[in-house]
Amino acid sequence: MSESQTIAVQVAAIEQVTPLIKHFTLAPLDGGNLPAFSGGSHIIVVMRGATRTFRNPYSLLSPPNRLEAYEIGVRRMEESRGGSHFLHDAVRVGTRLEIAHPVNLFPLDKIARKHVLIAGGIGITPFLAQLEDLHGGAVPYELHYSVRSPAHAAFLDRLRDREGERVRMYCDSAGEAIPFDALLSTQPLGTHVYVCGPEGLIRRVIDTAKASGWPGSHIHWEQFSVPPVGDAFDAFLAKSQRMVHVLPDQTLLEAIEAAGIDVPYLCRGGVCGFCHTRVTGLDGELIHNDHYLSDAEKSACKSIMPCVSRARGKSLVLDL
Amino acid sequence: MNAAFKPDETFRGDFSYQNSEQAIRRFPLPFPDDKYMYSVNIEPHLPGPQGSVTEFAIDIDEHYVAECRERALVLDAEPLRFQALPHMMSSQWDCLELIMESLSRDYPQHFSLTRHGNQWHWVNRPLQLTQRFTFGDPATLPQQPLEYITRQAPGDWVVMDQREGDLWTEAGMVTTQADWSLNFDLGMTFKEWHGPVPLAHEIGVFDRALRFLLNLRLGAPVRRLNWTMTIHPRLDTAPENYPFWGPDRAMVTAQNAGDLVHLRVELQGLWRLPRSNAVVFGIRCYLISLRELATIPKWARRVHRVLKNLHPALIDYKGLTRYREAAVQWLAPFDDGAPTSPGTAPD
Repeated sequence: MSESQTIAVQVAAIEQVTPLIKHFTLAPLDGGNLPAFSGGSHIIVVMRGATRTFRNPYSLLSPPNRLEAYEIGVRRMEESRGGSHFLHDAVRVGTRLEIAHPVNLFPLDKIARKHVLIAGGIGITPFLAQLEDLHGGAVPYELHYSVRSPAHAAFLDRLRDREGERVRMYCDSAGEAIPFDALLSTQPLGTHVYVCGPEGLIRRVIDTAKASGWPGSHIHWEQFSVPPVGDAFDAFLAKSQRMVHVLPDQTLLEAIEAAGIDVPYLCRGGVCGFCHTRVTGLDGELIHNDHYLSDAEKSACKSIMPCVSRARGKSLVLDL
Repeated sequence: MNAAFKPDETFRGDFSYQNSEQAIRRFPLPFPDDKYMYSVNIEPHLPGPQGSVTEFAIDIDEHYVAECRERALVLDAEPLRFQALPHMMSSQWDCLELIMESLSRDYPQHFSLTRHGNQWHWVNRPLQLTQRFTFGDPATLPQQPLEYITRQAPGDWVVMDQREGDLWTEAGMVTTQADWSLNFDLGMTFKEWHGPVPLAHEIGVFDRALRFLLNLRLGAPVRRLNWTMTIHPRLDTAPENYPFWGPDRAMVTAQNAGDLVHLRVELQGLWRLPRSNAVVFGIRCYLISLRELATIPKWARRVHRVLKNLHPALIDYKGLTRYREAAVQWLAPFDDGAPTSPGTAPD
């Protein structure tokens, strides 16, 4: 995307739903309708801070047919580079932001015979919109929602009111855990499983499902990587003959954009593969943080996903 | 559009279809160069110059009313030209919204759409249709949503569901096609659907096209041009009906090629659909006879050269084998060997 395709919005409401999660309602500035979307979609929120511009992906949790406003849930990240802190601390009702058109990298499978949704913590957000798509349909579904403690169970009331017995909650604080083996070994043929949440949860679901004989095409997950903070480094952009300096809490993609060079992207979370960039020279190592490149591609060091990955060493040359 | 509709022209029987001078000048010539080979020639579907076929998202031209009547005739005889698998219903509504919004926004003199929540009111003046319905409730329309709206929209429409890292051809309205069959292709993946295309698989065109389309973004449609040739201005060349139109190819001579042989250009548009996350592929067919084409000297030279030097595999695939030579001979007197200017615009 490029900035010209963003939609201007205004924060219409903010609600603190758990100690760590705030719920934002974003309404279009022109008062018209926002584009419809499908459950599982995310938007990129562009936040123009005093010295830096942040662009973070957030899943849409509002009903996909509600076009007057979008809703997102934002967890305050302990090791934030600034995006979630900006939303939590600097944004007020009335603040103007820009968003990109929704993109769905985590869609429901339309020919599934049953859907099993597994959420951990803030990973509940895409499922809130998907449940709207599923509710009242002919295909059975159930949601398993794992949280630290009842106080951290964001949006639980809204879920229970509508979905009743189709929602199961598991609290770490009460010693409850999702029974992965029992859950995934007893599903009817044609079931699809979807998981969103912490890396450990995602890994556990994928591994258990595969061990239980699930076809890979029926296992879906979404985990946006939070670009980790690292050491500063330099990158040379060979085509444009520019050197960019990447600060410790800045991503390579942000540094390239700050130099005025456009790199296409969709997710900014190491998932979609859109910002795939060729590495033409390296003296040092690449720190791959994405979920897109295969292990072989990562060790080959011929490409990098600049939205989340970094480099360490003497020099990095990119085909940009 | 400013030109008047020509509701009585035909694409069968006496083939009275013709292009006005204005329609000829806006014809989307697909040859930017004197040679042709496949490429992933995809570009953003942004508004083109005023009066061009890309000025608006969906082009309405002088043939609109006649094309809709031709579609109705095909559907009367073969209702399976429209098909949609059950899980494609949300994409059908997405398509209806896309087409109604585009047409009413871009041609307010011909179409209007009034929305009050889910209560919609649609008026199509050229076809003298008006419809009140509930968006999302198929029982409030005379046909399924995609059939209803594509009976009123020019060109073919194919909807692809996105899952398992692929695009699946699972709904469509196909009556103006260049020798392919929705009934045969329904349920296929992207590469299965394009299986018969020669050379392109080998040079990776479909790998790249699929990767690109899987990431197609809402609000950022794209387009490309494709082409072949057809004898007579016949919109419906379906493989199931080959016995009715295939033999026409044997009629072509160097004397009659100017009137019989038509360049058939498809303006293909691709949109990401919002509620279904499906991709809709619009394939709009433009037909022009060699005689009409030759009224633009640059185009006569260029098409002569393209046809003369076309790759043998493409000659076969496009079905030109029997009459290409005749078409080249008919065009030859128009090609004095002078260089052609860059681009496709008439000089």
